Amino acid sequence: MPISQEDVEKVALLARLSIAPSDLPEVTERFGRVLQLVNELNTIDTEGVAPMSNPHDMVQRLRPDAVTTDNQREALMASAPAQDQGYFLVPKVID
Amino acid sequence: MVDSAVLNASVDELHQMLTNRVVSSEELTRAFLARIERLNSQLNAVVTVCEERAIDDARRADQRLSRGEASILTGIPLLHKDIFCTSGVRTTCGSRMLEQFVPAYDATIVARLKTEGVVMLGKCNMDEFAMGSSNETSFFGSVKNPWDTDCVPGGSSGGSAAALAAGMAPLVTGTDTGGSIRQPASLCGITGLKPTYGRVSRLGIIAFASSLDQAGPMAKSAADCAHMLTAMAGLDAGDSTSADREVPDFFSELSGDVAGLRIGLPKEYFNNDLDPDVRAQVMSTLTELERAGAQLVDIELPHSHYAIATYYVLAPAEASANLARYDGVRFGYRCDNPADLEDLYLRSRSEGFGEEVQRRILVGTYALSAGFYDAYFNKAQQVRRVITDDFHKAFESVDVIAGPSAPGVAFPFGAKQQDPVAMYMEDIYTLAVNLAGLPGLSAPAGLVNGMPVGLQLIGKPFDESAILNAAHRLQLDTDWHLARPPIGDDLQ
Repeated sequence: MPISQEDVEKVALLARLSIAPSDLPEVTERFGRVLQLVNELNTIDTEGVAPMSNPHDMVQRLRPDAVTTDNQREALMASAPAQDQGYFLVPKVID
Repeated sequence: MVDSAVLNASVDELHQMLTNRVVSSEELTRAFLARIERLNSQLNAVVTVCEERAIDDARRADQRLSRGEASILTGIPLLHKDIFCTSGVRTTCGSRMLEQFVPAYDATIVARLKTEGVVMLGKCNMDEFAMGSSNETSFFGSVKNPWDTDCVPGGSSGGSAAALAAGMAPLVTGTDTGGSIRQPASLCGITGLKPTYGRVSRLGIIAFASSLDQAGPMAKSAADCAHMLTAMAGLDAGDSTSADREVPDFFSELSGDVAGLRIGLPKEYFNNDLDPDVRAQVMSTLTELERAGAQLVDIELPHSHYAIATYYVLAPAEASANLARYDGVRFGYRCDNPADLEDLYLRSRSEGFGEEVQRRILVGTYALSAGFYDAYFNKAQQVRRVITDDFHKAFESVDVIAGPSAPGVAFPFGAKQQDPVAMYMEDIYTLAVNLAGLPGLSAPAGLVNGMPVGLQLIGKPFDESAILNAAHRLQLDTDWHLARPPIGDDLQ
């Protein structure tokens, strides 16, 4: 089933992307081409195959829960687009 | 001035020149900085030059050399792909989103190379967030291929490959999620290695697809790559997927002996998608290895065909999760005058990301969304195992696997830009190697119509030594890796 412009708008909202109405037909068409490519997965039988998320089937390595690096608040916040007194600034959320 | 002796020198030769005081690190550094300045307007391969910092680093390296405390890489200049976080140096990932981003820390591989005394000259252009095979998606404009400036250099490490080929630095770094070291290495005529997944720390690499991303060396020869890999590899407490494996001195493992080495040729890698001239060139390269004692064995990787569909579900899905962090709040681009928080998110992301990045976020979000997760993401992870099992089965009867790195030579700008799927086909021979987490390299295999061809060698997990050694043998017997593009010759 080909993907519709409405589907694309719905996914775009989930991904927090806005698509200009004038771009929507082309975005949908190219999105559809990629989906057509990946739909090929439906032609292979994978009954009973365990999904692979790590190529070596590694498991998560744990480490002691200890402080290893000092807080670098100022250095890390230096890249924030807007900040004040150690806080990130955003448009007003609560009236 | 970079003379031809320096321009063509290997790591070993540069190390000799430095320790014998034929040249100082500062002189080398100034020479390569001058060459970058001279050639970058033609190639657009470098997005940030760190002149002052580089001279300081070089002077420190010279002191270390004079104290007799130098390692093999001390004092040798290098360019990093702009995907590696560099403390105090802008790191853009080829995106408007990170145009002003200055990291507070070094990526582990940056820190490790710094510890060796390598001199960072600057940062290389790349496809935006490493998503592309032609460098046409960079916010900072396309990189040009030094062999023909009307053609793409490949991607996503295209800036690194073009800079190396043009002699702007003797060493460069890259990352490879689906072919991003090997395909540009092939198109620019250099040697590039994607290590085994987990061999090199991913800490400080701006994340694209975390189960596929690997950093690796790109250089003029397998021997130079071996020196770099030894410095870059190893367990890192900051990356829980980095492997707890002993790191050999990869250079000392280069015996050059390939007698009895069994090289598997997958019939699926020599199919009709492959340019016939490229096929002939790759086969004649393999004949050289056969002459040196290797055996060529026909093998099958029956599910190769599914690699592209699998990759274009998994990589976008992981990317959509990784790129959710760019919200216009904590770092990165923020739109002007947001009406409210929702508007800030939507416009910062839509204005900050380019077309290909947005397409992959959309595809990935779709594949992970309710109702489609099983059909796409889970299914692709199952097929990933089927593809990986093919390799493990093949490695029961061969030591390495060989084929082309790319289906053709470098193509003109715009040739594949209108159709995302046509561009994705550039990586048909490299994607599966990332899915299976194997090491792969591309080595120069001669020219077709004056443009470079790459031979791809794929190894068993953590057996980078075998593919480096096979490439090294080839580079002892042939001079394809010494061919230089016709650019900047007046400086020689």
